[in-house]
Amino acid sequence: MATNNVKIQKLGKSILTHGVIYLLAFITIAPFIWMILTSLKDISDIFVYPPKWFPDKIQWNNYARAFQAAPFGRYYLNSIFVAVTVTLGQLITCSMAAYAFARLKFWGRDVLFYIFLGTMMIPYQVTMIPSFMVLHWLGWIDSYQALIVPGLASAFGTFLLRQFFLTIPKELEEAAYIDGCSKFRVLWQIILPLSKPALATLAIFTFMGTFNDFIWALIVVNSEHLRTVQLGLAVFRDRYITDWDLLMAGSVMATLPILIVFFFAQKYFIKGITLSGIKG
Amino acid sequence: MNQQQYINRQHRKNFITGILFLTPTLVIFSMFILFPVLFSFFLSFHKWNMFSSSQSFIGFANYQRLLTDPEFWQVLKQTIMYTLGTVPLNMIIALFLAMMLNKKIKGKKFLRTAFFTPVIISPVAAALIWRWIYDPNFGLLNYATGFFGIPPVNWLNDSRAAMAALIIMGVWKNLGINMVLFSAGLQGIPDTYYEAAEMDGAGRWSKFWNITLPMLTPTTFFIMIMSMISSFQVFDIVYVLTSGGPMGSTKVMVFYMYEYAFKFFEMGYASAVAYIFFAMLAVLTLLQVKYMRTRSGYEGV
Repeated sequence: MATNNVKIQKLGKSILTHGVIYLLAFITIAPFIWMILTSLKDISDIFVYPPKWFPDKIQWNNYARAFQAAPFGRYYLNSIFVAVTVTLGQLITCSMAAYAFARLKFWGRDVLFYIFLGTMMIPYQVTMIPSFMVLHWLGWIDSYQALIVPGLASAFGTFLLRQFFLTIPKELEEAAYIDGCSKFRVLWQIILPLSKPALATLAIFTFMGTFNDFIWALIVVNSEHLRTVQLGLAVFRDRYITDWDLLMAGSVMATLPILIVFFFAQKYFIKGITLSGIKG
Repeated sequence: MNQQQYINRQHRKNFITGILFLTPTLVIFSMFILFPVLFSFFLSFHKWNMFSSSQSFIGFANYQRLLTDPEFWQVLKQTIMYTLGTVPLNMIIALFLAMMLNKKIKGKKFLRTAFFTPVIISPVAAALIWRWIYDPNFGLLNYATGFFGIPPVNWLNDSRAAMAALIIMGVWKNLGINMVLFSAGLQGIPDTYYEAAEMDGAGRWSKFWNITLPMLTPTTFFIMIMSMISSFQVFDIVYVLTSGGPMGSTKVMVFYMYEYAFKFFEMGYASAVAYIFFAMLAVLTLLQVKYMRTRSGYEGV
Protein backbone atom coordinates (compact mmCIF):
# COMPACT_ATOMS: atom_id res chain seq x y z
CA MET A 1 0.00 0.00 0.00
CA ALA A 2 2.65 2.47 1.09
CA THR A 3 4.72 2.00 -2.05
CA ASN A 4 1.59 2.44 -4.10
CA ASN A 5 0.91 5.78 -2.41
CA VAL A 6 4.43 6.95 -3.07
CA LYS A 7 4.03 5.94 -6.70
CA ILE A 8 0.76 7.83 -7.03
CA GLN A 9 2.33 10.85 -5.37
CA LYS A 10 5.25 10.74 -7.77
CA LEU A 11 2.93 10.39 -10.73
CA GLY A 12 0.85 13.32 -9.52
CA LYS A 13 3.94 15.45 -9.15
CA SER A 14 5.14 14.51 -12.59
CA ILE A 15 1.78 15.40 -14.13
CA LEU A 16 1.83 18.74 -12.32
CA THR A 17 5.35 19.52 -13.51
CA HIS A 18 4.42 18.65 -17.08
CA GLY A 19 1.24 20.70 -16.82
CA VAL A 20 3.05 23.80 -15.59
CA ILE A 21 5.85 23.69 -18.12
CA TYR A 22 3.62 22.94 -21.10
CA LEU A 23 1.32 25.79 -20.07
CA LEU A 24 4.29 28.16 -19.95
CA ALA A 25 5.46 26.90 -23.33
CA PHE A 26 2.02 27.53 -24.75
CA ILE A 27 1.98 31.08 -23.38
CA THR A 28 5.39 31.65 -24.96
CA ILE A 29 4.38 30.54 -28.42
CA ALA A 30 0.80 31.83 -28.27
CA PRO A 31 1.83 35.16 -29.85
CA PHE A 32 3.15 33.27 -32.89
CA ILE A 33 0.00 31.19 -33.20
CA TRP A 34 -2.02 34.37 -32.84
CA MET A 35 0.06 36.03 -35.55
CA ILE A 36 -0.46 33.17 -38.01
CA LEU A 37 -4.18 32.86 -37.30
CA THR A 38 -4.73 36.61 -37.59
CA SER A 39 -2.88 36.67 -40.89
CA LEU A 40 -5.47 34.24 -42.27
CA LYS A 41 -8.59 36.03 -41.02
CA ASP A 42 -11.08 38.28 -42.64
CA ILE A 43 -11.44 41.72 -41.03
CA SER A 44 -14.84 40.65 -39.71
CA ASP A 45 -13.11 37.92 -37.68
CA ILE A 46 -10.43 40.28 -36.43
CA PHE A 47 -12.37 43.12 -34.91
CA VAL A 48 -14.57 41.05 -32.62
CA TYR A 49 -14.79 40.81 -28.89
CA PRO A 50 -14.24 38.32 -27.33
CA PRO A 51 -11.38 37.44 -29.70
CA LYS A 52 -11.92 34.46 -31.98
CA TRP A 53 -9.01 32.07 -32.32
CA PHE A 54 -9.91 30.49 -35.63
CA PRO A 55 -10.98 32.18 -38.86
CA ASP A 56 -14.37 31.27 -40.31
CA LYS A 57 -12.84 31.02 -43.70
CA ILE A 58 -9.12 30.99 -44.35
CA GLN A 59 -8.07 34.13 -46.22
CA TRP A 60 -4.89 33.32 -48.14
CA ASN A 61 -5.75 36.44 -50.02
CA ASN A 62 -4.29 38.57 -47.18
CA TYR A 63 -0.81 37.57 -48.30
CA ALA A 64 -1.48 38.60 -51.86
CA ARG A 65 -2.84 41.91 -50.60
CA ALA A 66 0.23 42.48 -48.42
CA PHE A 67 2.44 41.86 -51.46
CA GLN A 68 0.41 44.43 -53.37
CA ALA A 69 0.51 47.00 -50.58
CA ALA A 70 4.31 46.88 -50.35
CA PRO A 71 7.04 45.26 -52.47
CA PHE A 72 7.76 42.47 -50.00
CA GLY A 73 9.36 40.42 -52.75
CA ARG A 74 11.95 43.12 -53.24
CA TYR A 75 12.46 43.48 -49.49
CA TYR A 76 13.08 39.74 -49.31
CA LEU A 77 15.64 39.76 -52.08
CA ASN A 78 17.42 42.66 -50.39
CA SER A 79 17.48 40.99 -46.99
CA ILE A 80 18.67 37.67 -48.34
CA PHE A 81 21.27 39.23 -50.60
CA VAL A 82 22.67 41.34 -47.77
CA ALA A 83 22.59 38.54 -45.19
CA VAL A 84 24.19 35.98 -47.50
CA THR A 85 26.94 38.37 -48.65
CA VAL A 86 27.76 39.43 -45.11
CA THR A 87 27.81 35.81 -43.94
CA LEU A 88 30.11 34.62 -46.73
CA GLY A 89 32.31 37.67 -46.24
CA GLN A 90 32.63 37.06 -42.52
CA LEU A 91 33.44 33.39 -43.01
CA ILE A 92 36.36 34.43 -45.21
CA THR A 93 37.68 37.42 -43.24
CA CYS A 94 37.20 35.80 -39.84
CA SER A 95 38.85 32.51 -40.77
CA MET A 96 41.84 34.32 -42.24
CA ALA A 97 42.25 36.52 -39.19
CA ALA A 98 41.61 33.62 -36.83
CA TYR A 99 44.28 31.58 -38.57
CA ALA A 100 46.78 34.39 -38.20
CA PHE A 101 46.01 34.73 -34.50
CA ALA A 102 46.00 30.98 -33.84
CA ARG A 103 48.93 29.76 -35.89
CA LEU A 104 51.18 32.40 -37.43
CA LYS A 105 53.93 33.84 -35.30
CA PHE A 106 54.85 37.42 -36.09
CA TRP A 107 55.82 40.64 -34.43
CA GLY A 108 52.89 42.45 -32.76
CA ARG A 109 50.44 39.58 -33.05
CA ASP A 110 49.51 39.41 -29.39
CA VAL A 111 49.07 43.17 -29.04
CA LEU A 112 46.76 43.14 -32.04
CA PHE A 113 44.84 40.25 -30.58
CA TYR A 114 44.26 42.06 -27.30
CA ILE A 115 43.09 45.17 -29.13
CA PHE A 116 40.73 42.88 -30.97
CA LEU A 117 39.33 41.39 -27.80
CA GLY A 118 38.96 44.90 -26.44
CA THR A 119 36.80 45.98 -29.35
CA MET A 120 34.22 43.38 -28.39
CA MET A 121 33.43 45.54 -25.37
CA ILE A 122 32.60 48.57 -27.47
CA PRO A 123 28.84 48.91 -27.87
CA TYR A 124 27.77 49.59 -31.45
CA GLN A 125 26.04 52.80 -30.39
CA VAL A 126 29.44 54.42 -29.92
CA THR A 127 30.66 53.61 -33.42
CA MET A 128 27.32 54.14 -35.15
CA ILE A 129 27.54 57.90 -35.72
CA PRO A 130 31.06 58.07 -37.18
CA SER A 131 30.41 54.90 -39.21
CA PHE A 132 27.46 56.67 -40.76
CA MET A 133 29.73 59.65 -41.50
CA VAL A 134 32.37 57.41 -43.09
CA LEU A 135 29.71 55.99 -45.39
CA HIS A 136 28.53 59.51 -46.14
CA TRP A 137 32.05 60.60 -47.10
CA LEU A 138 32.38 57.56 -49.35
CA GLY A 139 29.07 58.45 -50.97
CA TRP A 140 27.64 55.10 -49.90
CA ILE A 141 24.61 56.24 -47.94
CA ASP A 142 21.50 54.61 -49.39
CA SER A 143 23.32 51.78 -51.16
CA TYR A 144 23.97 48.06 -50.75
CA GLN A 145 27.54 48.82 -49.74
CA ALA A 146 26.23 50.69 -46.70
CA LEU A 147 24.28 47.62 -45.62
CA ILE A 148 27.06 45.14 -46.35
CA VAL A 149 30.58 46.54 -45.96
CA PRO A 150 30.56 47.43 -42.23
CA GLY A 151 29.49 43.86 -41.47
CA LEU A 152 32.31 42.19 -43.36
CA ALA A 153 34.48 41.63 -40.30
CA SER A 154 33.69 40.51 -36.78
CA ALA A 155 35.70 40.30 -33.58
CA PHE A 156 33.30 37.74 -32.17
CA GLY A 157 33.61 35.55 -35.27
CA THR A 158 37.38 35.81 -35.32
CA PHE A 159 37.58 34.88 -31.67
CA LEU A 160 35.17 31.97 -32.07
CA LEU A 161 37.14 30.49 -34.95
CA ARG A 162 40.50 31.11 -33.31
CA GLN A 163 39.45 29.15 -30.25
CA PHE A 164 38.37 26.30 -32.51
CA PHE A 165 41.54 26.35 -34.63
CA LEU A 166 43.62 26.07 -31.47
CA THR A 167 42.05 22.68 -30.76
CA ILE A 168 43.21 21.22 -34.10
CA PRO A 169 46.46 19.25 -33.69
CA LYS A 170 49.44 20.99 -35.24
CA GLU A 171 50.93 17.77 -36.63
CA LEU A 172 48.38 17.77 -39.46
CA GLU A 173 49.70 21.08 -40.77
CA GLU A 174 53.36 20.27 -40.25
CA ALA A 175 53.12 17.35 -42.63
CA ALA A 176 51.58 19.63 -45.23
CA TYR A 177 54.33 22.26 -44.80
CA ILE A 178 56.98 19.61 -45.35
CA ASP A 179 55.22 18.78 -48.61
CA GLY A 180 55.61 22.45 -49.56
CA CYS A 181 52.06 23.70 -49.03
CA SER A 182 51.57 27.46 -48.65
CA LYS A 183 49.96 28.89 -45.51
CA PHE A 184 46.89 29.77 -47.47
CA ARG A 185 46.46 26.25 -48.82
CA VAL A 186 46.88 24.79 -45.36
CA LEU A 187 44.08 27.00 -44.08
CA TRP A 188 41.87 26.21 -47.05
CA GLN A 189 42.50 22.47 -47.38
CA ILE A 190 43.28 21.31 -43.86
CA ILE A 191 41.98 23.71 -41.22
CA LEU A 192 38.67 24.78 -42.73
CA PRO A 193 37.37 21.27 -43.58
CA LEU A 194 38.07 20.28 -39.96
CA SER A 195 36.27 23.35 -38.63
CA LYS A 196 32.82 22.82 -40.11
CA PRO A 197 30.95 22.96 -36.77
CA ALA A 198 32.55 26.27 -35.82
CA LEU A 199 31.98 27.70 -39.29
CA ALA A 200 28.35 26.60 -39.17
CA THR A 201 27.86 28.29 -35.81
CA LEU A 202 29.35 31.53 -37.09
CA ALA A 203 27.34 31.36 -40.31
CA ILE A 204 24.04 30.89 -38.50
CA PHE A 205 24.75 33.67 -36.04
CA THR A 206 25.76 36.10 -38.73
CA PHE A 207 22.92 35.23 -41.07
CA MET A 208 20.28 35.62 -38.39
CA GLY A 209 21.82 38.76 -36.95
CA THR A 210 22.02 40.42 -40.34
CA PHE A 211 18.60 39.28 -41.50
CA ASN A 212 17.03 40.60 -38.29
CA ASP A 213 19.04 43.81 -38.15
CA PHE A 214 16.90 46.88 -38.00
CA ILE A 215 18.67 49.96 -36.64
CA TRP A 216 21.52 49.95 -39.15
CA ALA A 217 19.16 49.61 -42.14
CA LEU A 218 16.99 52.34 -40.64
CA ILE A 219 19.94 54.71 -40.51
CA VAL A 220 21.71 54.11 -43.80
CA VAL A 221 18.91 53.30 -46.23
CA ASN A 222 16.14 55.51 -47.56
CA SER A 223 15.01 54.27 -50.92
CA GLU A 224 12.16 51.83 -51.16
CA HIS A 225 14.08 49.51 -53.49
CA LEU A 226 16.89 49.09 -50.92
CA ARG A 227 14.72 48.37 -47.90
CA THR A 228 15.23 45.12 -46.05
CA VAL A 229 12.30 43.07 -44.77
CA GLN A 230 12.64 44.52 -41.28
CA LEU A 231 12.81 48.12 -42.44
CA GLY A 232 10.01 47.55 -44.93
CA LEU A 233 7.85 46.06 -42.22
CA ALA A 234 8.44 49.00 -39.89
CA VAL A 235 7.47 51.42 -42.65
CA PHE A 236 4.47 49.24 -43.44
CA ARG A 237 3.40 49.59 -39.80
CA ASP A 238 3.30 53.36 -40.09
CA ARG A 239 1.09 53.17 -43.15
CA TYR A 240 -1.35 50.40 -42.17
CA ILE A 241 -1.61 51.14 -38.48
CA THR A 242 -4.47 48.81 -37.60
CA ASP A 243 -4.80 46.63 -40.69
CA TRP A 244 -3.89 43.66 -38.57
CA ASP A 245 -4.57 41.13 -41.33
CA LEU A 246 -1.92 42.74 -43.55
CA LEU A 247 0.46 43.54 -40.70
CA MET A 248 0.37 39.98 -39.43
CA ALA A 249 0.82 38.59 -42.94
CA GLY A 250 3.88 40.81 -43.23
CA SER A 251 5.15 39.62 -39.83
CA VAL A 252 4.75 35.99 -40.84
CA MET A 253 6.80 36.69 -43.94
CA ALA A 254 9.49 38.45 -41.91
CA THR A 255 9.80 35.63 -39.39
CA LEU A 256 9.39 32.55 -41.57
CA PRO A 257 12.89 32.30 -43.12
CA ILE A 258 14.52 32.68 -39.71
CA LEU A 259 12.24 30.11 -38.13
CA ILE A 260 13.07 27.63 -40.88
CA VAL A 261 16.81 28.21 -40.57
CA PHE A 262 16.55 27.95 -36.81
CA PHE A 263 14.65 24.65 -36.76
CA PHE A 264 17.26 23.04 -39.00
CA ALA A 265 20.32 24.51 -37.35
CA GLN A 266 19.23 24.86 -33.74
CA LYS A 267 22.12 22.78 -32.45
CA TYR A 268 24.74 25.19 -33.79
CA PHE A 269 22.85 28.21 -32.59
CA ILE A 270 22.51 27.00 -29.02
CA LYS A 271 26.17 26.06 -29.04
CA GLY A 272 27.03 29.58 -30.13
CA ILE A 273 25.02 31.04 -27.26
CA THR A 274 26.81 28.93 -24.67
CA LEU A 275 30.17 29.59 -26.34
CA SER A 276 29.66 33.33 -26.34
CA GLY A 277 28.57 32.88 -22.74
CA ILE A 278 31.92 31.38 -21.89
CA LYS A 279 33.76 34.02 -23.86
CA GLY A 280 32.88 36.89 -21.49
CA MET B 1 74.27 35.16 -46.14
CA ASN B 2 74.94 34.88 -42.41
CA GLN B 3 72.57 33.46 -39.87
CA GLN B 4 71.41 36.84 -38.49
CA GLN B 5 70.39 38.04 -41.92
CA TYR B 6 68.55 34.83 -42.52
CA ILE B 7 66.61 35.19 -39.27
CA ASN B 8 65.76 38.81 -40.02
CA ARG B 9 64.49 37.95 -43.44
CA GLN B 10 62.43 35.13 -42.00
CA HIS B 11 60.93 37.51 -39.42
CA ARG B 12 60.01 40.00 -42.09
CA LYS B 13 58.44 37.27 -44.18
CA ASN B 14 56.40 36.05 -41.23
CA PHE B 15 55.27 39.57 -40.44
CA ILE B 16 54.12 40.15 -43.99
CA THR B 17 52.23 36.84 -44.12
CA GLY B 18 50.55 37.56 -40.79
CA ILE B 19 49.47 41.04 -41.83
CA LEU B 20 48.23 39.74 -45.19
CA PHE B 21 45.93 37.31 -43.44
CA LEU B 22 44.68 40.11 -41.22
CA THR B 23 44.30 42.75 -43.91
CA PRO B 24 40.59 42.39 -44.73
CA THR B 25 39.65 42.46 -41.08
CA LEU B 26 42.02 45.30 -40.25
CA VAL B 27 40.66 47.48 -43.06
CA ILE B 28 37.02 47.03 -42.01
CA PHE B 29 37.89 47.45 -38.35
CA SER B 30 39.86 50.63 -38.93
CA MET B 31 37.00 52.15 -40.90
CA PHE B 32 34.07 51.07 -38.79
CA ILE B 33 35.37 50.46 -35.26
CA LEU B 34 38.73 52.02 -34.45
CA PHE B 35 38.33 55.29 -36.30
CA PRO B 36 34.70 55.70 -35.15
CA VAL B 37 35.54 55.11 -31.48
CA LEU B 38 38.18 57.82 -31.55
CA PHE B 39 36.24 60.13 -33.81
CA SER B 40 33.06 60.08 -31.76
CA PHE B 41 35.15 61.08 -28.74
CA PHE B 42 36.51 63.99 -30.80
CA LEU B 43 32.99 64.83 -32.02
CA SER B 44 31.65 64.96 -28.49
CA PHE B 45 33.68 68.13 -27.88
CA HIS B 46 32.33 69.83 -30.98
CA LYS B 47 29.22 71.41 -32.23
CA TRP B 48 28.89 69.41 -35.40
CA ASN B 49 25.87 69.44 -37.63
CA MET B 50 26.32 66.99 -40.46
CA PHE B 51 24.64 68.92 -43.19
CA SER B 52 25.76 72.43 -42.42
CA SER B 53 29.32 73.64 -42.23
CA SER B 54 28.95 74.88 -38.67
CA GLN B 55 31.59 72.82 -36.88
CA SER B 56 33.33 74.29 -33.90
CA PHE B 57 35.19 73.17 -30.80
CA ILE B 58 33.09 73.83 -27.72
CA GLY B 59 34.94 71.93 -24.98
CA PHE B 60 32.68 70.25 -22.47
CA ALA B 61 29.59 72.16 -23.53
CA ASN B 62 27.85 69.07 -24.95
CA TYR B 63 28.40 67.20 -21.71
CA GLN B 64 27.19 70.19 -19.71
CA ARG B 65 24.10 70.50 -21.84
CA LEU B 66 23.40 66.82 -21.44
CA LEU B 67 23.72 66.86 -17.67
CA THR B 68 21.36 69.83 -17.42
CA ASP B 69 18.79 68.50 -19.87
CA PRO B 70 15.81 67.24 -17.85
CA GLU B 71 14.86 64.97 -20.75
CA PHE B 72 18.23 63.20 -20.54
CA TRP B 73 17.60 62.42 -16.87
CA GLN B 74 14.10 61.22 -17.63
CA VAL B 75 15.41 58.99 -20.39
CA LEU B 76 18.13 57.62 -18.11
CA LYS B 77 15.55 56.93 -15.42
CA GLN B 78 13.35 55.11 -17.90
CA THR B 79 16.25 53.05 -19.20
CA ILE B 80 17.05 52.00 -15.63
CA MET B 81 13.37 51.25 -15.01
CA TYR B 82 13.29 49.02 -18.07
CA THR B 83 16.46 47.26 -16.92
CA LEU B 84 15.23 46.74 -13.37
CA GLY B 85 11.90 45.57 -14.72
CA THR B 86 13.22 43.03 -17.18
CA VAL B 87 16.44 41.61 -15.73
CA PRO B 88 15.32 40.14 -12.38
CA LEU B 89 12.02 38.89 -13.78
CA ASN B 90 13.73 37.35 -16.78
CA MET B 91 16.37 35.68 -14.61
CA ILE B 92 13.90 34.20 -12.13
CA ILE B 93 11.70 32.72 -14.86
CA ALA B 94 14.72 31.55 -16.87
CA LEU B 95 16.22 29.75 -13.87
CA PHE B 96 12.87 28.17 -13.09
CA LEU B 97 12.54 26.92 -16.68
CA ALA B 98 16.11 25.66 -16.79
CA MET B 99 15.55 23.68 -13.58
CA MET B 100 12.31 22.21 -14.88
CA LEU B 101 14.00 21.20 -18.11
CA ASN B 102 16.79 19.60 -16.11
CA LYS B 103 14.28 17.10 -14.71
CA LYS B 104 12.76 14.02 -16.30
CA ILE B 105 10.34 15.62 -18.71
CA LYS B 106 8.80 14.39 -21.92
CA GLY B 107 9.32 16.47 -25.04
CA LYS B 108 12.31 18.45 -23.78
CA LYS B 109 13.46 19.25 -27.27
CA PHE B 110 10.13 20.71 -28.24
CA LEU B 111 9.93 22.71 -25.01
CA ARG B 112 13.41 24.13 -25.38
CA THR B 113 12.65 25.19 -28.94
CA ALA B 114 9.36 26.76 -27.85
CA PHE B 115 11.00 28.90 -25.17
CA PHE B 116 13.82 29.85 -27.48
CA THR B 117 11.79 30.87 -30.51
CA PRO B 118 11.11 34.48 -29.40
CA VAL B 119 14.87 35.05 -29.15
CA ILE B 120 15.59 34.33 -32.79
CA ILE B 121 12.79 36.15 -34.57
CA SER B 122 13.17 39.73 -35.66
CA PRO B 123 12.41 42.35 -33.01
CA VAL B 124 10.39 44.31 -35.57
CA ALA B 125 7.96 41.47 -36.28
CA ALA B 126 7.84 40.54 -32.60
CA ALA B 127 6.94 44.09 -31.61
CA LEU B 128 4.25 44.19 -34.29
CA ILE B 129 2.67 41.01 -32.91
CA TRP B 130 2.67 42.53 -29.45
CA ARG B 131 1.09 45.75 -30.69
CA TRP B 132 -1.80 43.61 -31.78
CA ILE B 133 -1.84 41.66 -28.51
CA TYR B 134 -1.86 44.94 -26.57
CA ASP B 135 -4.74 46.37 -28.62
CA PRO B 136 -7.07 47.96 -26.04
CA ASN B 137 -10.33 46.78 -27.66
CA PHE B 138 -9.63 43.52 -29.44
CA GLY B 139 -6.28 42.51 -27.97
CA LEU B 140 -5.56 39.10 -26.55
CA LEU B 141 -3.97 40.37 -23.34
CA ASN B 142 -6.92 42.38 -22.05
CA TYR B 143 -9.12 39.41 -22.90
CA ALA B 144 -6.87 37.06 -20.92
CA THR B 145 -6.51 39.33 -17.89
CA GLY B 146 -10.30 39.83 -17.98
CA PHE B 147 -10.68 36.26 -16.73
CA PHE B 148 -8.98 37.31 -13.51
CA GLY B 149 -11.27 40.28 -13.12
CA ILE B 150 -8.65 42.82 -14.18
CA PRO B 151 -10.22 45.78 -15.99
CA PRO B 152 -8.96 46.46 -19.53
CA VAL B 153 -5.80 48.55 -19.84
CA ASN B 154 -4.93 50.85 -22.71
CA TRP B 155 -1.43 49.38 -22.76
CA LEU B 156 0.32 51.44 -25.38
CA ASN B 157 -1.53 54.73 -25.06
CA ASP B 158 -1.42 55.12 -21.32
CA SER B 159 1.83 56.63 -20.14
CA ARG B 160 1.66 54.63 -16.92
CA ALA B 161 1.11 51.28 -18.66
CA ALA B 162 3.40 51.61 -21.68
CA MET B 163 6.60 50.88 -19.75
CA ALA B 164 4.99 47.78 -18.27
CA ALA B 165 4.00 46.68 -21.77
CA LEU B 166 7.57 47.15 -22.95
CA ILE B 167 8.90 45.17 -19.98
CA ILE B 168 6.51 42.26 -20.49
CA MET B 169 7.48 42.02 -24.11
CA GLY B 170 11.17 42.38 -23.30
CA VAL B 171 11.04 39.50 -20.83
CA TRP B 172 9.20 37.29 -23.32
CA LYS B 173 11.68 38.09 -26.08
CA ASN B 174 14.91 37.32 -24.21
CA LEU B 175 13.91 34.60 -21.79
CA GLY B 176 15.35 31.83 -23.97
CA ILE B 177 18.93 33.08 -23.92
CA ASN B 178 19.13 33.07 -20.16
CA MET B 179 17.35 29.73 -19.99
CA VAL B 180 20.02 28.17 -22.20
CA LEU B 181 22.83 29.76 -20.18
CA PHE B 182 21.32 28.61 -16.88
CA SER B 183 20.88 25.11 -18.34
CA ALA B 184 24.57 24.99 -19.20
CA GLY B 185 25.38 26.15 -15.67
CA LEU B 186 23.12 23.53 -14.08
CA GLN B 187 24.72 20.76 -16.08
CA GLY B 188 28.06 21.79 -14.62
CA ILE B 189 26.99 20.92 -11.07
CA PRO B 190 28.13 17.36 -10.24
CA ASP B 191 25.33 14.96 -9.27
CA THR B 192 27.43 13.70 -6.38
CA TYR B 193 26.78 16.97 -4.51
CA TYR B 194 23.06 16.35 -4.59
CA GLU B 195 23.48 12.69 -3.71
CA ALA B 196 25.59 13.56 -0.68
CA ALA B 197 23.02 16.14 0.43
CA GLU B 198 20.23 13.60 0.07
CA MET B 199 22.13 11.19 2.29
CA ASP B 200 22.19 13.93 4.90
CA GLY B 201 18.43 14.21 4.49
CA ALA B 202 18.35 17.54 2.69
CA GLY B 203 15.00 18.55 1.22
CA ARG B 204 14.31 20.19 -2.12
CA TRP B 205 14.55 23.77 -0.86
CA SER B 206 17.63 23.09 1.15
CA LYS B 207 19.33 21.61 -1.91
CA PHE B 208 18.31 24.62 -3.97
CA TRP B 209 19.61 27.18 -1.45
CA ASN B 210 22.73 25.31 -0.39
CA ILE B 211 23.90 23.68 -3.60
CA THR B 212 22.21 24.96 -6.76
CA LEU B 213 22.31 28.69 -6.07
CA PRO B 214 25.85 28.88 -4.67
CA MET B 215 27.21 26.65 -7.42
CA LEU B 216 25.48 28.79 -10.03
CA THR B 217 26.85 32.08 -8.72
CA PRO B 218 29.36 32.64 -11.56
CA THR B 219 26.68 31.85 -14.16
CA THR B 220 24.15 34.05 -12.40
CA PHE B 221 26.55 36.97 -12.16
CA PHE B 222 27.49 36.63 -15.81
CA ILE B 223 23.85 36.46 -16.92
CA MET B 224 22.96 39.45 -14.75
CA ILE B 225 25.66 41.68 -16.22
CA MET B 226 25.00 40.55 -19.80
CA SER B 227 21.26 41.09 -19.43
CA MET B 228 21.79 44.51 -17.91
CA ILE B 229 24.04 45.51 -20.79
CA SER B 230 21.57 44.33 -23.40
CA SER B 231 18.61 45.93 -21.60
CA PHE B 232 20.46 49.23 -21.58
CA GLN B 233 20.86 48.91 -25.33
CA VAL B 234 17.20 48.28 -26.10
CA PHE B 235 16.04 50.10 -29.22
CA ASP B 236 14.27 48.05 -31.92
CA ILE B 237 11.30 46.94 -29.87
CA VAL B 238 10.88 50.44 -28.45
CA TYR B 239 10.91 51.92 -31.93
CA VAL B 240 8.21 49.60 -33.25
CA LEU B 241 6.12 49.02 -30.12
CA THR B 242 5.78 52.55 -28.75
CA SER B 243 8.15 54.87 -30.67
CA GLY B 244 9.15 56.18 -27.27
CA GLY B 245 5.62 57.31 -26.47
CA PRO B 246 3.11 58.06 -25.17
CA MET B 247 4.46 61.43 -24.05
CA GLY B 248 8.03 60.15 -23.99
CA SER B 249 7.23 57.62 -21.26
CA THR B 250 9.13 54.80 -22.97
CA LYS B 251 11.93 56.81 -24.48
CA VAL B 252 15.23 55.10 -23.61
CA MET B 253 18.87 56.13 -24.00
CA VAL B 254 19.56 54.69 -27.44
CA PHE B 255 16.31 56.17 -28.75
CA TYR B 256 17.29 59.59 -27.41
CA MET B 257 20.70 59.27 -29.04
CA TYR B 258 19.16 58.08 -32.30
CA GLU B 259 16.88 61.12 -32.40
CA TYR B 260 19.68 63.61 -31.87
CA ALA B 261 21.98 61.92 -34.38
CA PHE B 262 19.64 60.91 -37.17
CA LYS B 263 16.67 63.22 -36.85
CA PHE B 264 18.32 66.48 -35.78
CA PHE B 265 21.80 65.54 -37.13
CA GLU B 266 23.49 67.02 -34.04
CA MET B 267 26.40 64.59 -34.29
CA GLY B 268 28.45 66.29 -31.56
CA TYR B 269 25.75 66.20 -28.94
CA ALA B 270 24.69 62.66 -29.87
CA SER B 271 28.32 61.53 -29.56
CA ALA B 272 28.49 62.97 -26.06
CA VAL B 273 25.40 60.92 -25.21
CA ALA B 274 27.08 57.88 -26.78
CA TYR B 275 30.19 58.35 -24.65
CA ILE B 276 28.26 58.72 -21.41
CA PHE B 277 26.41 55.58 -22.41
CA PHE B 278 29.70 53.83 -23.20
CA ALA B 279 31.06 54.76 -19.77
CA MET B 280 28.04 53.25 -18.03
CA LEU B 281 28.33 49.98 -19.96
CA ALA B 282 32.08 49.92 -19.40
CA VAL B 283 31.53 49.92 -15.63
CA LEU B 284 29.33 46.84 -15.99
CA THR B 285 31.83 45.11 -18.27
CA LEU B 286 34.73 45.81 -15.91
CA LEU B 287 32.75 44.44 -12.98
CA GLN B 288 32.29 41.25 -14.97
CA VAL B 289 35.95 40.99 -15.95
CA LYS B 290 37.10 41.66 -12.40
CA TYR B 291 34.71 39.11 -10.98
CA MET B 292 35.90 36.43 -13.43
CA ARG B 293 39.51 37.11 -12.44
CA THR B 294 38.95 36.80 -8.71
CA ARG B 295 36.84 33.67 -9.19
CA SER B 296 39.45 31.83 -11.19
CA GLY B 297 42.03 32.98 -8.64
CA TYR B 298 40.08 31.36 -5.81
CA GLU B 299 39.54 28.09 -7.51
CA GLY B 300 43.05 27.96 -8.83
CA VAL B 301 41.89 26.74 -12.24
